[in-house]
Amino acid sequence: MRVTVNGEPREVASESIEALLAELEYEGTHFAIALNYDVLPRSQWQTRLKSGDEIEIITPRQGG
Amino acid sequence: MVKFYDREFSSRLLIGSALYPSPAIMQAAIRASGANIVTVSVRRESAGGKTGHAFWSLIRELDVTVLPNTAGCRSVREAVTTAKLARELFGTPWIKLEVIADDDTLQPDVVGLVEAASILTRDGFQVFPYCTEDLGVAMRLVDAGCRVVMPWAAPIGSAKGIINRDALKLMRDRLGDITLVVDAGLGAPSHAAEALELGYDAVLLNTAIAKAAEPVAMAKAFRLGVEAGRAAFEAGLMEARDFASPSTPVVGTPFWHAAP
Repeated sequence: MRVTVNGEPREVASESIEALLAELEYEGTHFAIALNYDVLPRSQWQTRLKSGDEIEIITPRQGG
Repeated sequence: MVKFYDREFSSRLLIGSALYPSPAIMQAAIRASGANIVTVSVRRESAGGKTGHAFWSLIRELDVTVLPNTAGCRSVREAVTTAKLARELFGTPWIKLEVIADDDTLQPDVVGLVEAASILTRDGFQVFPYCTEDLGVAMRLVDAGCRVVMPWAAPIGSAKGIINRDALKLMRDRLGDITLVVDAGLGAPSHAAEALELGYDAVLLNTAIAKAAEPVAMAKAFRLGVEAGRAAFEAGLMEARDFASPSTPVVGTPFWHAAP
């Protein structure tokens, strides 16, 4: 399935956000997810992905 | 004590977490500043990356309150979505709201800012809007529900200090019950002291400390500048005047009116 992750088109096998994080080897728990420009709460990370979805995977970073 | 929405803090210096020479210096500088509130951002994490996790561990060790920002957002939609991501990530209703109009000056887009502040306030956020010194805009932000307003001193990272002192003074006078923070453009502890002397509740800065030759020592200098400025404000500054007025008593001056 073709989706966009952090602005980059990718071919992925995963069918949910949770599986996608594992497939792309994200570790830890400090992530927030936006799916098609809307925040996807952690409780909904089982949501099924569909072709063309745009996913943003966000973590804390330095800021002013 | 200074109040941000329903929470009170002892330090009137809010500090950024970016641009330090190393993570260890960032931690030491934040500690030396005495700040209770630290700004952070949210960014994309690359696959397999651990940058965010490492940074977050350092911040958590500091026992500070985080104020996430929407730095880099150039539209209302981006800013609102970024604020929601920050709320999800940090579990706080606080957001330092930035909507940027121009990349070279980082001039706030005040029209988008008011719109985004209104949307976020209705959604339960407690908004800290980064704005210009324009009183009309500040009043619109208050109308939108902001109880904190953060006008710039000068463009972000410029170190110029307060460019439009009269406008900042006017904003302080007109928005007496709003927590006002001078955010951005401060370069020296004397600039921070000036903001506090004007009656501003706090200052927010990053670059002036992070880019100093000795960030930890500069963090302490800013802490002292903020404390001095606040103490001066509470002590009540005298009014400026145009002519000299002798401080030493005139009566009894030796040779007074004596013939030459």
